[in-house]
Amino acid sequence: MFDYETLRIIWWAILVFLICGFAVMDGFDFGIAMLLPFLGKTDDQRRVMLNTIGATWEGSQTWLVTLGGITFGAWSIVYAVLFSGVYAGLLLLLFALFLRPVGFDYRSKLACPKWRSFWDWGLFVGGTVPAVVLSLAAGNLMLGLPFELDGDMRSTYNGGLFELFTPFPLLCVLVGVSLCLMHGATFLHWRTENELAERAQKVIQLSSLAFIALFVLAGVYIAFGVEGYKVTSVIDTNITANPLHKTVEKGIGLWLSNYSTYPLLLLAPLIAMSSALFTPFFSAKGQSAIAFVASSLAMIGAIITAGGSMFPFVLPSSLNAISSLIIWDSSGSHYTLKMLLAATVVFMPIVLGYTIWVYRIMRGKVTVEQIQANQHTLY
Amino acid sequence: MISNELVELSRLQFALTAMYHFLFVPLTLGLSFILAIMESVYVMTGKEIYKDMTRFWGKLFGINFAMGVTTGLTMEFQFGTNWAYYSHYVGDIFGVPLAIEGLMAFFLESTFVGLFFFGWDKMSKLQHLSTTWLLALGTNLSALWILIANAWMQNPVGAEFNYDTMRMELTSFADIFFNPVAQVKFVHTVAAGYVTGSMFVLGISALYLLKHQDVPFARRSFRIASGFGLAAILSVIVLGDESGYTVGEVQRAKLAAIEAEWETEEAPASFTLIGFPNEETRTTDYAIKIPYVLGLIATRSIDEKVDGLDTIRERKRHRIENGMIAYENFQILREDKNNEIAKAIFEKHKVDLGHGLLLKKYTENVVDATPAQIDMAIKDSIPKVAPMFWTFRGMVFCGVLMLFIFAASFYYNMKRDAHNQRWLLKMALWGIPLPWIAGELGWIVAEYGRQPWTIANILPTHLSTSSLTSGQLHGSIAGFFVMYTALLIIELFLMVKYVRLGASSLHTGNYHFEKQGASHV
Ligand code: HDD
Ligand code: HEM
Ligand code: HEM
Repeated sequence: MFDYETLRIIWWAILVFLICGFAVMDGFDFGIAMLLPFLGKTDDQRRVMLNTIGATWEGSQTWLVTLGGITFGAWSIVYAVLFSGVYAGLLLLLFALFLRPVGFDYRSKLACPKWRSFWDWGLFVGGTVPAVVLSLAAGNLMLGLPFELDGDMRSTYNGGLFELFTPFPLLCVLVGVSLCLMHGATFLHWRTENELAERAQKVIQLSSLAFIALFVLAGVYIAFGVEGYKVTSVIDTNITANPLHKTVEKGIGLWLSNYSTYPLLLLAPLIAMSSALFTPFFSAKGQSAIAFVASSLAMIGAIITAGGSMFPFVLPSSLNAISSLIIWDSSGSHYTLKMLLAATVVFMPIVLGYTIWVYRIMRGKVTVEQIQANQHTLY
Repeated sequence: MISNELVELSRLQFALTAMYHFLFVPLTLGLSFILAIMESVYVMTGKEIYKDMTRFWGKLFGINFAMGVTTGLTMEFQFGTNWAYYSHYVGDIFGVPLAIEGLMAFFLESTFVGLFFFGWDKMSKLQHLSTTWLLALGTNLSALWILIANAWMQNPVGAEFNYDTMRMELTSFADIFFNPVAQVKFVHTVAAGYVTGSMFVLGISALYLLKHQDVPFARRSFRIASGFGLAAILSVIVLGDESGYTVGEVQRAKLAAIEAEWETEEAPASFTLIGFPNEETRTTDYAIKIPYVLGLIATRSIDEKVDGLDTIRERKRHRIENGMIAYENFQILREDKNNEIAKAIFEKHKVDLGHGLLLKKYTENVVDATPAQIDMAIKDSIPKVAPMFWTFRGMVFCGVLMLFIFAASFYYNMKRDAHNQRWLLKMALWGIPLPWIAGELGWIVAEYGRQPWTIANILPTHLSTSSLTSGQLHGSIAGFFVMYTALLIIELFLMVKYVRLGASSLHTGNYHFEKQGASHV
């Protein structure tokens, strides 16, 4: 039905879509976990916060799991190189994520305050560390990772955990954390009332300003301080390809070249910034649902900005630019992409359908009274 | 070259984390179904006690489920972190079921699990019941897809090597879906999960009956578990047979090792009930044999031969020699894609390319392997007999014991007299670990028996790892060990606490500890 080239573009779009889905759905869970020990002054308040996402956080996290599976199937070599390269970072992510399922489920099963506060901090770590690691990874992806492929396509990686912490990725971490905070607070503001909602409102204001400033700063950094990549050989986008059969150049500002080729792409950063600006505005007016849409758009805008600047690169290599993986030489085979597309087209709408259904059933504000009335059934 | 230590450590880490994941998986599989059955009874009869049963066993389900998700995350990423070359080499095929599993199964189970716990008062009875069934469906679909992936490792079909991209590529989705090994594996493993769930409910209900705690509640749970459990254990034993074993050479080698069939016997082969396999002399000491049985199990006939290890070993020599030719021409093709002679020879021998790669453990060039190195590669390619022999018999022993427990429970249940059979109740209680032991042993048979391959006859284990250092592996294994041990202690603590409390943990005011006015949490 589709030729190989089109399929590869579709699959790049699906990848971006899944990342956006993950950020929108799990981003506010992370944000709420970051805020948990600070905004929830009493046990009841913390339980209110947890129960705003109690029934749904698990489905949200599945976006990450599915992202892993899809990358494995449709972009195998990307999955292989990335995960084995940032080994320690990935384990850090994993160990932090461990604290979430058990944290949510076990926290309120005992009344002991020490137990509960232990898990509150566990959940804090389980929300903060993944947001930090993932934004750090995004930043490093733009810089390129120090890996190299040999003729057998075995990759070696030349670096450790601490090499990931350089200024540009750290700036990305701040961007990511401020986004999650804004997104989480917006959701809280929507689903809680009184004191908690007021505190959330303050967080929204601060984090949206922080996000806009940091985002602009990151843009300036990309223009003047980050080496981008560009393919310089002619590529047949329609055949199976070996990554080593191309040439690549590096240069400051190259990540911006897509904006002159495809001016429409400029909409992405514009949407990110303007939506972030509108978020506190709408939530202050009490239009929380619209505010939530706005903060989701800010997330999506930021991700498309990063992904779009890098297109067609998926995983640039800073060690040996030729080893860089681009969508034309790191995708699955034509047949696999077709099969997986069929599966995605069938199941993704079903997933979205029942997710919406679950949110509808769980709609409405969570209150301290509800928590007290359901001591033994809620989180 | 990749160090042996790195390979060993990667295997150790995978084995530990996978076996740990499988502590929680079978209970999720079985209990989710039992919950769905209990709730169906509630909706059909309207009896409140069945709702309480669903909620109480649901609480235990939740404690377990959280650990299943936690440990599953590790598995999802571990192929990339620790088996990067594997992921590249077969991701085009292997990744497909994993991706579909995410879309089709993980989303389903993890979306509806929240609703199961928090939706009781927000939905109609029927809506909630559908939620529970969808949750059970999700867990079972997840097992289906992951086992399709795993079966492909045992019997790789529907794929072809592409020397341009240096990897295997999918050629037929239908072939991997309808892989006969996958079907056998799915039925056996999922039924093993149902056995686990049933044994869990049966044993804990037996505890309550022994203690006279909430007897009506416990009797009903016991009844459901004994019926479902009997059906499940029968499926495990009867359907979980070796019918998947005649396909695929690796499966046949496993069978020979399980049975300690050192030499091919004339049909019909006998079955070694017990004995002491001796790797040195290639014989089984003190063997007690039952005539005919092996032939019947393995080939479903009495006039077909069952391959012994000697036959398999000879075939391996032949395939390794072919593999060297395939590898040689593959090297030529990499330099010059249009060399027609090399292409023709490669096409002819490429099914044995993997066997050539076995030699990479001993020589980088493969083609210059000495006869001694070839001998070593042959030795590697036959599974060790004793571990296979014993783990398999351990699994079967547990299975037979459980068959007895479920059958007796079912029988006395029909006579409405199970609660008086204290010996049976004690057996059910002490039998709780059996399904876990059997399941773990089963995985060792399946996975250890596949060595030296990760993908049977295609990719040897020692080529599959990531390019990491032993130090990194020591670090991560230590990390997993600490995290997993801590989490397990916490989980068991909560589990025991809630099992002790029983239905009183629901705080309905109708159960044991509350009626006595005893203190509660
Ligand atoms: C026979 C069944 C079976 C087997 C062999 C495996 N799993 Fe599993 N897995 C399940 C059956 C299952 C389940 C029943 O669906 C779980 C267990 C408890 C749970 O919460 O769902 C689960 C959970 C689970 C999760 C969390 C899903 C979620 O977020 O809801 C992931 C990511 C994986 N698994 C991944 C894997 C991988 C990559 C495996 C292969 C090495 C693997 N599992 C083996
Ligand atoms: C959850 C149930 C499972 C258990 C308990 C289990 C058990 C094991 C064990 C004991 C080993 C070590 C064998 C050895 O190195 O000698 C192993 C290795 C391995 N298994 Fe599994 N396994 C499970 C599921 C799976 C599944 C579903 C897959 C793939 C879809 C898989 C893929 C692998 C791989 C890649 C290795 C490492 C390579 C190797 O040592 O062969 N396993 N597993
Ligand atoms: C009593 C007769 C039984 C027989 C004849 C039997 C047979 C087998 C065989 C031959 C394998 C190896 C599969 C492979 O190599 O791919 C296996 C694996 C396994 N067995 Fe059993 N088994 C029995 C009982 C049980 C019981 C009672 C349980 C657990 C409740 C169990 C759980 C498993 C599991 C989890 C696996 C690994 C998954 C798989 O490969 O299917 N088995 N069994």
